[in-house]
Amino acid sequence: MSGEAKNGNGAKPHITVRDLTMAYGTFVLMRDLNFTINHGDVFIIMGGSGCGKSTLLRHLIGLNEPAKGEILYGDENFTKADPVQKQQMVRRMGVLFQSGALWSSMTLAENIGLLLEEYTDLSPADIREVASLKLALVGLKGFEDYYPSQISGGMQKRAGLARAMALDPEILFFDEPSAGLDPISSRLLDDLILELRDSLGATVAVVTHELASIFTIGNNSVFLDPESKTMIASGNPKELLAHSQDHRVIRFLTRAEKESP
Amino acid sequence: MECSGDAILVRLSGVWRLQGGLPSDATVRQELERSPRPARIAFEAQTLTHWDSTLLTFLVAISALCRQRGINMDRAGLPAGVRRLLELAEAVSERKGARKEAEEASLLERIGTTTLGATASLAEILAFLGGMTITFIRLFGMKARYRASDLFLLIQRCGAEALPIVTLISFLVGVILAFVGAVQLKQFGAQIYVADLVGIAMVREMGAMMTAIIMAGRTGAAFAAQLGTMKVTQEIDAFTTAGFSPLEFLVLPRAVALILMMPLLCLYSDFVGVLGGAAIGVGMLDLSWTTYFRETTNAINVTDIAGGVFKSSVYGVLIALAGCLRGLQCGNSSSAVGDAATSAVVTGIVAIIVACGTFAVIFYVLGI
Repeated sequence: MSGEAKNGNGAKPHITVRDLTMAYGTFVLMRDLNFTINHGDVFIIMGGSGCGKSTLLRHLIGLNEPAKGEILYGDENFTKADPVQKQQMVRRMGVLFQSGALWSSMTLAENIGLLLEEYTDLSPADIREVASLKLALVGLKGFEDYYPSQISGGMQKRAGLARAMALDPEILFFDEPSAGLDPISSRLLDDLILELRDSLGATVAVVTHELASIFTIGNNSVFLDPESKTMIASGNPKELLAHSQDHRVIRFLTRAEKESP
Repeated sequence: MECSGDAILVRLSGVWRLQGGLPSDATVRQELERSPRPARIAFEAQTLTHWDSTLLTFLVAISALCRQRGINMDRAGLPAGVRRLLELAEAVSERKGARKEAEEASLLERIGTTTLGATASLAEILAFLGGMTITFIRLFGMKARYRASDLFLLIQRCGAEALPIVTLISFLVGVILAFVGAVQLKQFGAQIYVADLVGIAMVREMGAMMTAIIMAGRTGAAFAAQLGTMKVTQEIDAFTTAGFSPLEFLVLPRAVALILMMPLLCLYSDFVGVLGGAAIGVGMLDLSWTTYFRETTNAINVTDIAGGVFKSSVYGVLIALAGCLRGLQCGNSSSAVGDAATSAVVTGIVAIIVACGTFAVIFYVLGI
């Protein structure tokens, strides 16, 4: 690893975003995004509603193409990779979509099993066993044969997490994990995210605007501002709250209770 | 309303309710716009008994006019609630660009936009067809990945479960054809040729066409709605990020199911249609069952049947592709799912009719 690729703490960058511009057609959503996510980080992508947080996540997982700039995973250039390489890189990621996005025509076990079937040589019995284990990890033991429509929203989200973890990914992405959950379920999900980060050694990137989650789990972040169409702060959210000089960041992190630093 | 020198006093009274309609602010407006310009406007609301948004709308309009003309608006006479709401309504200045431009686009501009849109959608359709061609090639190379259980379920859905409606429609089409023929042929005493008419029409054209139109409405719309909903719930994104191609995993089994089931449904429809014709022939024209069927078998040959069956298979591909394309193009809301289903049926039926015309020309040239 070259000296330039290391940051102050000596941690290795896992994801590097350089000069990223996101656009829909000619409409520019965000420009000049530059940040790194280190190994083992819980990285928060925050900002007001509709500012492009989820779109940034879609860029990171390859669902949208950058209008400009590039995204690197370790030393590999994700943006310039050919489709086969890209596919291999995506396989090392797990994604929990906003509504869980479980495949509705399959049971929970099949949802998880499908990935194992495709990318491993496990026998059907073993696949089922692994799927049960993943479900047990998110507290859904015994729900293997339920269809997504038969369980509650919170359970769907946890099942989505189990599916995201199916192939033991190096990076987990979460799109608004606490949206639509009650405070307690949301808290449990936060704990689960931290637990997984610690036990799997994965890097976690979370899109959220829940302050409670931001301060509980995040140790690094980027703040997107829709007015200036770029990022206006980055770093540990707690430090941002304590030291940021930008009133927009402070307003956001204090629910507008403190107007200026 | 009272006017004294440069001041206006507006006396508000009675009941202001939305049910009564918005009151006109014309008189106040007139006073405010007169010259010399009044310096201030005040309100008195002692006899005001009930108010709601009508009063606020009225006051917001006056307030805007006052600001524009630099007239002092004295709000002290208004009820406290009204004052607070008025402040709230005026607290945030209008967000720039939030208001949609209502201006009418010029004809040239509209033609340009439509052309660009058409080009983009053509490119999308070509990309989809290209992707599907590759997917089918992978299927024949046994490399395509899809769930066999999905395919069986789809075959059941668009095969066996479509039988009742296909039966009903085909029988009635047979009956209609027989009636149309019977009226004309009876004049020449040639009732027996009703069997030829019904047989040839059903087997060569109507069987395939009616099944196709039924399936476009029934299954094409269902495909579009399913895929559209999966798009809204991000299930399709989940497939992509898991490394599965939605074309292989979702579109392919649907296309295969329809390609396999359409010929069978078409054969079945041919048979039921002839049966419908026979019901009229036997019931109304005093033909015997045996005569009718002997006449039918003489009239049609294997080429006719094969032609119809082949056409139905092509229609099946068109229906599946139209349904899936519109589903995958679906936007991100529940109304978009409805649009996708509608659009799938329209696209499917247009494609069927165009293909039918093309086949008619080709078959004529080839002399089939």
